[in-house]
Amino acid sequence: MARNGRALALRDVPVLPLDEFRRWLVGGVAEGQRIAAYFGALEPLTLFAVLADDGGGRLLVAAARAEASMASIAAEVPQAQLFEREIAEQHGVVFEGHPWPKPVRFPAAVPGSVAGVQDFFRVEGSEVHEVAVGPVHAGVIEPGHFRFQCHGEDVFHLEIALGYQHRGVERALAGGPTKRTIPYMETLAGDTTIGHTLAYSQAIEALSGAGVSARAQAIRGIALELERLANHAGDLGALAGDVAYLPTASFCGRLRGDFLNLTAELCGSRFGRSLVRPGGVVFDVTADKAAVLKSRLLAARRDTAEAVELLWDTPSVVERFENTGRVSPEDARAAGLVGPAARACGIPIDVRHDFPLGIYRFVHLPVMTAHHGDVSSRATVRWLEIQQSVQFILKQLDGLPEGRPRAEVGALRPDALVVTLTEGWRGEICHVAITDTAGRFARYKVVDPSCHNWTGLALALRDGQISDFPLCNKSFNLSYCGHDL
Amino acid sequence: MLKALLARARQGHRTMAYPAGDPPPLPELFRGAPALDPSRCPEGCRACADVCPTDAIPREGPLALDLGRCLFCVECLTACPEGAISFTGDHRLAARQREDLVVSAGPVRLASALDGKLRRLFGRSLKLRVVSAGDCNACGSDVNVLSTIGWDVGRFGIQVVASPRHADGVLVTGPVTENMRLALQKTYAAVPPPKIVIAVGACAISGGPYAGHPEQHGGAATVLPVDLFIPGCPPHPLTILDGLLRLLGRLEEERRVPTRP
Repeated sequence: MARNGRALALRDVPVLPLDEFRRWLVGGVAEGQRIAAYFGALEPLTLFAVLADDGGGRLLVAAARAEASMASIAAEVPQAQLFEREIAEQHGVVFEGHPWPKPVRFPAAVPGSVAGVQDFFRVEGSEVHEVAVGPVHAGVIEPGHFRFQCHGEDVFHLEIALGYQHRGVERALAGGPTKRTIPYMETLAGDTTIGHTLAYSQAIEALSGAGVSARAQAIRGIALELERLANHAGDLGALAGDVAYLPTASFCGRLRGDFLNLTAELCGSRFGRSLVRPGGVVFDVTADKAAVLKSRLLAARRDTAEAVELLWDTPSVVERFENTGRVSPEDARAAGLVGPAARACGIPIDVRHDFPLGIYRFVHLPVMTAHHGDVSSRATVRWLEIQQSVQFILKQLDGLPEGRPRAEVGALRPDALVVTLTEGWRGEICHVAITDTAGRFARYKVVDPSCHNWTGLALALRDGQISDFPLCNKSFNLSYCGHDL
Repeated sequence: MLKALLARARQGHRTMAYPAGDPPPLPELFRGAPALDPSRCPEGCRACADVCPTDAIPREGPLALDLGRCLFCVECLTACPEGAISFTGDHRLAARQREDLVVSAGPVRLASALDGKLRRLFGRSLKLRVVSAGDCNACGSDVNVLSTIGWDVGRFGIQVVASPRHADGVLVTGPVTENMRLALQKTYAAVPPPKIVIAVGACAISGGPYAGHPEQHGGAATVLPVDLFIPGCPPHPLTILDGLLRLLGRLEEERRVPTRP
């Protein structure tokens, strides 16, 4: 058994026979566990999987030697489908019986692959038509391709093809850490700089045995919650914009900037660049700065409450949010959804609560849920989390513990494995680092919450209206680059 | 309805006065245009170049910094034993020529305005199609911010449009991944001439942290003719706005640089 942010010797990871490994995965998911990570590593190729037991706060890790052709579990365990496709693409192996053996990122290493060129699922019928959107979309947004099978306005099926943002990050992380590792982490998903850099820093701290002061942990927590505030507030504004309710759209567009500017007070960058590092944080928060942050945060809280509550007071908004883009709890569990998307389906999972690390071991945050799985529920969860995050930050600013902002970090433990989970604003960020005999990364695996949740968006559109796509899309607001890596 | 009106009254008018008035205050720790003092460099020392993640500081010759590669992180500041490198609070960084982004002891050679016909055409109305080609969504987000009420670039006739057919140019973010190259080229081809290209952020200028990766092309200029380079990782919205206004000849008199507390 592994724990969040606790390194273990690679030899202590059980290597199971392939059949038993598959049974372990299938059985674990049947018992309610989730696949947090599943990937290939090392020579000869070995499959590693991390199962998260949210209720029990346990992480289970196992491995198996891969074969050139293996039986797929995706038909039985839908949440495994993307992981199997990814392993197949990265390592040139085959999962027999995979219902959806399609490319994930169209890497250059796969000969003849051209981004977006693949067979799409088609619904046949004389009155069925297909709508293709992207990679270049109408707004200022990252690229992806969406293929709708429609009957009039009704969507039978949406297939999402990504990979346009593929920059080769995971390939480049192997052999590290190097001086580029931190910029990679900070730009894995640039709107989640703190989340990913924190997951990385905690992995390095676990592998090097570095201790982080209580003060640095509190500052990291402040930064992580500010990141959540900026994105949740911005998305609530964008949701209002998508239903043509301009007051909240305008107010929240500005408020998102106010939260980003608070992060910039911490480190000079609105996106939290150059703040979190292995060993702690680069910049301390002085008493004067804490006071400034507090007064600006209180002002932003007041304005955000006013702007967001207008949404629930406006019947035209409520009518458009409710019952739009519904995902059932059963589908959400089967797809392995995480973060606000899962919590909006009534699934009470949150890394900060289930696998607390750093400041969250000392300050407990309640898990915010809603129960209809629609746009309205996703908006509600975001709003509840905004209120929790503001309270959390105010509490930290009032009583920052003593301590050095940053501790020294030594060499990494060789032949070890560590899993770190962080609750980013989109949900569970999972990093897995495996070191070689020299203490370098033999493999560094990144699972952005978007990897789990893109399927949720596709499911949300089933039997919906194609004109609701922008609204549904924004209610998830997933990362393209975080998925494409 | 009444609540919405009350909220509107309380939230107030938020569009900034800049450029007629002062620019918005920048945070104390903001890292803008660098100030380099090569005279402080100890003989043979290149501690800064050793730690720079994007090789923005050359190993030979006098101390210089390529803003097209710079991520405005703190590595060189921390590594320099003599304080030869510092970042000022000056947000103005945009340049017309790639080589103008390499600064040494002097200031940045800022972008000049478009001339002749282009300035007549675009000076009061510039429609841009934004293409993310491998960006991490930070540059994209801070380009987007310019259309929110605080910045309101519509005041200057600048607007982000959906169709390239309606655009006067393309604004590129990201290092231009191989998987987006064709889509970027097709988008550019769909813009009616005359047209301009603006590269925003270290990735779009040089590939940023991804420079050298075979999955990308090292920036917009490798596939399109770039007219304006706006450095940063990501650039502050004020830096982007400054670059756009300079290009359009809307910022000819030097605005006062915001002072830091």
